[in-house]
Amino acid sequence: MNVLRRHFAWRLCHLVLLVTLSVAVTGLSHAQKRYDPGASDTEIKIGNIVPYSGPASPWSTFGKVAEAYITKVNAEGGINGRKIKFISVDDGYNPAKTLEQARKLVEEEQVLAIWGVLGTTPNLAIQRYMNTKNVPQLFLASGATRFGDPKNFPWSMGWQPSYQQESRLYAQHILTTKPNAKIAVLMQNDDFGKDYYKGLVDGLGDKAQAMIVQHSTFELTDATVDSQMFAAKASGADVFFNIATPKFAAQAIRKAAEIGWKPTQYLVATSQSIAGTLKPAGLDNAAGVITVTWQREPSDPSAQDSKDVKDFFAFMKQYYPSGDSNDSVIVTGYCSIQTMVQVLKQAGDTLTRENLMKQAANLSTTVPMLYPGVEIKTSPDDFHPIKKVQMLRFNGTRYEAFGLSATRG
Amino acid sequence: MIAKSASSSSPLIVAAAARRSSDFSIRWWVVLLVIAAVLPFVLSGYRLFQCSMALVYAVAVLGINALTGYSGQISLGHSGFYAIGAYTAAVLMDKWGVPYWATIPAAAVVTLVSGYLFGMPARRLGGIYLALATFALGMATPQLLRYKHFEPLTGGAQGIVLAKPDPPAWLPLSQDQWLYFFVLLVAVLMFWLVQNMVNGRMGRAIMAIRDNPIAATSMGVDVAFYKAMSFGISAMLTGVAGALGAIVIELVTPDSLSLWLSITFIVGAVVGGINSISGALWGGLFIVFVPHAAERVSKAAPGVVYGILLILLMFVLPNGIASLGKLISRHWGAK
Repeated sequence: MNVLRRHFAWRLCHLVLLVTLSVAVTGLSHAQKRYDPGASDTEIKIGNIVPYSGPASPWSTFGKVAEAYITKVNAEGGINGRKIKFISVDDGYNPAKTLEQARKLVEEEQVLAIWGVLGTTPNLAIQRYMNTKNVPQLFLASGATRFGDPKNFPWSMGWQPSYQQESRLYAQHILTTKPNAKIAVLMQNDDFGKDYYKGLVDGLGDKAQAMIVQHSTFELTDATVDSQMFAAKASGADVFFNIATPKFAAQAIRKAAEIGWKPTQYLVATSQSIAGTLKPAGLDNAAGVITVTWQREPSDPSAQDSKDVKDFFAFMKQYYPSGDSNDSVIVTGYCSIQTMVQVLKQAGDTLTRENLMKQAANLSTTVPMLYPGVEIKTSPDDFHPIKKVQMLRFNGTRYEAFGLSATRG
Repeated sequence: MIAKSASSSSPLIVAAAARRSSDFSIRWWVVLLVIAAVLPFVLSGYRLFQCSMALVYAVAVLGINALTGYSGQISLGHSGFYAIGAYTAAVLMDKWGVPYWATIPAAAVVTLVSGYLFGMPARRLGGIYLALATFALGMATPQLLRYKHFEPLTGGAQGIVLAKPDPPAWLPLSQDQWLYFFVLLVAVLMFWLVQNMVNGRMGRAIMAIRDNPIAATSMGVDVAFYKAMSFGISAMLTGVAGALGAIVIELVTPDSLSLWLSITFIVGAVVGGINSISGALWGGLFIVFVPHAAERVSKAAPGVVYGILLILLMFVLPNGIASLGKLISRHWGAK
C-alpha cells in the first residue's frame, strides 16, 4: 500500500512539474514575441498618406524621402532582423479620401501603424477613426495644437512644435522689439491658419486688438493673394504676419516687394524652405524674413563640415537623387521617419500597437539633422516630441540664427 | 430599357415598350438584390464601405440620368445638390442631434425645393447656357460652405465630423453591415421611385418635352412646371445621395464636394448608360472601383490610366455599360 501510494505521489509530482514547466515555457515565449496585425518575424508594415496629387503635391517629398530612408534601413538589415514594408498612398489633400485611405491601410493592408500623415485637416479627418480602431497615428505632419492630447486621443501623436507655441514666440518678439507695431495678418482659412492665428492673438494678450490692424484670409483653392496684399499695405501696417503654405507664402512675399511694401515679415515655419518658398518669392524680396526652425538647413555654410550634414547629402545622393536637399520638407521627413525607426527599435520583439504607443511616449533622443540642442522627448503626459526652436532671419542668401532659442513654456 | 430616341413614337408606345423591357429586367433586379443582400456577410469592412459608396454614387448618378437622360437637360452643378444634401444631414445630426435616418427625408425635401427653385428660372436656358448656369452652382457651393460667416453652422474649411450610426440592438450586425443595408434600402427606394416616375404620366410628359417641346405644349403639357420639376426630382436624388454619403464617410468638408464631383457624376452617368436606370448602378460602381484600379496600375499617373480606360469604354460601349445587356439580349433574340 505504502509503495503504491508513494509511486502515485511520485507520478503526480512529475505531472505537476511537467505542466508547470510547459506553462512557464509557453508563457515565456509568449512574452518574448507578441505581434499585432502588420508585424511578424520577418516584416513590419507601416502605412503613410501624403498628397501625391493635387494642389498640395509639393509636399509629397515628405513621403518620398521616408520611402527612401526605409529602403536604406532595409538594405542595412532592417530593424531587429525585420524588414519594413512602407506603404505610402495618395489622398490629394482631400480629407474624405484621407479617411478612405486610412481605412484601406488599416483594414485591407493591415498595417501595424500609420506614420506621418500630412496636413492638419487630413489628420483631423482620421483622428477619430484611428483612436476607435486603436491604431497608432504617429508623428503626424502637422503642428496643430490639438494633436498633443493623450487624454482624449491616446493613439495620435504629432512631431513638430505646435503652431500656437511658434506664434506666441513671434508675438513675444514683436512686443519686445516693436511694441507699437501695426500688424497685418494673411491667414490661410483652415485649421492650420487658425491655430497659428490663435497663438499670435494669445501671445499679444490685451494688445492684440490694437496691434492687429488688418486680418485677411484666403482659401487653398484661390489663385492668388494679390488683393489681400494690397489691403495689407493700405492698412499702414509695418509688420506682416504670413500664415500660409509655401505656394501662397511665396506669392505674398513677392507681391509685397512688387507693390513697394517693406514691413518686418514673420513667416510660419511650415513655409521656411529656401527652395520651396524663398526662391520662388525672390531671394532679395525675402531678405529680413523671420522664422523659426528645429532642424538644420542643409545649405548653411557653417554646417557643411558637420558629419550629420555630410551623411544627409550622401543619403540623398544614393537613395533619393531626384530630391532637392534644400527642401525643408525633406529634412523634416528625414528626421521624422528616423524617430519612427527609433520607436520600432525600442519596441523590440513586442510589436503590438499598444507597445508602439508606449515607446513613442517614452522617447529621449535626438536625430542627426535636428538643430543642435533640439531633442525629441516624450512622456505619457507629453505628446509633443519637439519643443525647442531657434529663431532665424533670412539675409538674402541663407538663414542666420539670432536671439535665444525658446522652449515651450 | 427605354428606346433612346422616341421622337418618332408616341408617348403611349414608349410607355408600353418601357413596361415590356422593365418586365424583363425585373428578373435581373431581383438577382442583383439577392447578390447585394449577401455581400455584407462575405466582404470585409473596407470593401463593404466601398460597396456602400458605390450605392451612394449610383443614386447620385441616377439624379443625372433622370435629368439628362429623360428630360434632356444638362447639369454641371450636381455636386452642389450633393453638397446641400450632405450638409443638411451633417448639420442636422451635429447641431440638433437628429437621428441619421431622419436626415434622409429632410435632405430630400431641401434639395427637392432648391432644385425646383433653381430649375424654375433655368428652364428658359437650353443646352450650353443651362450647363453654364449649373456650372456656377457647382463652383459657388464649396465657397459658400467655406464662407466665414456660415462657419458656426458649416464648420468652415474643416467641415463637420459625424458619428457612425449603430445598428438597432436586436440585429446581430456590425456598424458597417447595418450602414450598408440602410444605404441599400434607400437606394432601392430611389430606384423604384424613378422607375415609377418614368413609367407614369410625369415620365411621359418629361420625355415628350425632351423630344419635341412644341408638340408637347400643343398637347397640353405644362413645359415650365415639368422642366422645373424634373430638375427638382433630379436634385432630390443627388441630394439624398449626398446625405447618405455624409453618413457613410462620417465627414463632410468643402474640399471633398468640389466641382470635380459634378464631372465624376457625369462620367459615371455616361459610362453606365445615361438613358437607363440600371446605368446608374454601373456608373456608381465605375466611380468607386476604377480609380482604385488605376492607382494600382500606376501610382505616378493614375489619371492617365483612368483616362485611357474611359476612352476605351466610350469606343466599345458608346451607350454605356447598360447597353451591353441590350446587345447581348438582341444577339440571343436574333438566334
